[in-house]
Amino acid sequence: MTTSQPTTSFKFRGGSFHALVVKPDTPIDAWLADVDALLARWPGFFVGKSVVIDVSGLSLTKQTFLGLLDELSRRQIRILGVEGADPSCVDGRVPFLTRGQTDRPEEAAAPAIPSSAPAPVTSLLINAPVRSGQLIVHPEGDVTIVGSVASGAEIIAAGSIHVYGTLRGRVLAGAYGNQRARIFCRRLEAELMAIDGHYIVADEIEPHLRRAPIQAWLEGDALEILTMD
Amino acid sequence: MAKVLVVTSGKGGVGKTTSTAALGAALAREGERVVVIDFDVGLRNLDLVMGAERRVVYDLIHVVQGTAKLSQALIRDKRIDTLFLLAASQTRDKDSLSDDGVERVIRELRPSFDWVICDSPAGIERGASLAMRHADFALVIANPEVSSVRDSDRIIGLLDSTTDKAKHGEPMDKYLLLTRYDPIRAGRGEMLCVDDVLDILCIPLLGIIPESKEVLNASNLGTPVTLNNPTSAPARAYNDAARRLKGELVPLVVPSDKNTLLNKLFGRRAA
Repeated sequence: MTTSQPTTSFKFRGGSFHALVVKPDTPIDAWLADVDALLARWPGFFVGKSVVIDVSGLSLTKQTFLGLLDELSRRQIRILGVEGADPSCVDGRVPFLTRGQTDRPEEAAAPAIPSSAPAPVTSLLINAPVRSGQLIVHPEGDVTIVGSVASGAEIIAAGSIHVYGTLRGRVLAGAYGNQRARIFCRRLEAELMAIDGHYIVADEIEPHLRRAPIQAWLEGDALEILTMD
Repeated sequence: MAKVLVVTSGKGGVGKTTSTAALGAALAREGERVVVIDFDVGLRNLDLVMGAERRVVYDLIHVVQGTAKLSQALIRDKRIDTLFLLAASQTRDKDSLSDDGVERVIRELRPSFDWVICDSPAGIERGASLAMRHADFALVIANPEVSSVRDSDRIIGLLDSTTDKAKHGEPMDKYLLLTRYDPIRAGRGEMLCVDDVLDILCIPLLGIIPESKEVLNASNLGTPVTLNNPTSAPARAYNDAARRLKGELVPLVVPSDKNTLLNKLFGRRAA
């Protein structure tokens, strides 16, 4: 008995991709109401996005967890995987994800010894206006734009975002979990600004701040904006 | 050797075809050898604006697919003998345009003309990207209105990333032609003013074409506005823009049909 030989070789590779990590809160019902409020204001928020839900620290029961998955899929939110769940809860419904580094236990008392000089934080300098439809993703450090950011353009940075021009598009600073990231621009006409997932849309920006040079930072869960005049 | 110019905008109805015809005719009247190409396959318009719709035998698709020779498809203008049209096909769609075929057509046109002007279809799909791909520089058409300006901004991004020049790491020169501009309404804040548009798009301004009924009149007659009524305000603005394309320094003013005080004074002095 012979097995048929595959005609082409089977190819695979490892890869890392960006996903939107959503962290639900308990009680789940109240959190879902927040999601609905977000979707009412911004129906396209999750459209086309790969979403990972992070339930670490929530200690959900299997039933609550599966209920949460159903509620999210009912809202057309595509779940790519789950992080921090009890593997027995996942029930094979969604892939179980782990980060590159395993969770460090709380009681790890021994301070981490820096093995060598830390990797240099790289910043990205863009010496041209960012046009509508362009997306700049910089998962390492700050992004500096010498020029304007057009309506319909989007900048996503791990660190702070500096715009030496008019900011008309969307900017997401500290997008990989950095509460200390800030946003600076010469003239604020942004469609959306976010720091570490806390965002503000154009409608919510105080009129006196519009068209002003500003900086924005996180104060707790709220975005603070101050003019730099 | 021709300069290849793409006339593009992203948004439809802002004046790409009108501007292609007007500038093509203006350049040709100054003795330049000009061919205008309609890339809007499936929705041809340029032949109508040029008044050549009853003389189209072969079109761009035939040449791209090799069923007709370039010399058979080029339609000579009846008014100016250095102006030629390569029409689009009404019955095919944009998928009939192959990248290799378009490149060959443009390569064959270059030695025999001074200007190859590609009239891009609206949108950012295949037709528009093929129209811009082999161009040496671009003329971005915008109306003083936010959606048009934003679409033009998007097109500028594509010009900087998807054209042959961009892929070879060379800068793509881009110029702005602001059409349907009404200085009075812009002054009242009812439309974007020139500075607003330049602030958003950050590219050099080639010209400002005033809003005028002359443009529609000319289209309906199948005559480029620069030939139909050469002394009208839009025709003068297009003629100035054409001279700037040739490298002449022409002061930038917004011509007007209206009887302003200045016009009256000049009129009296001439009389």
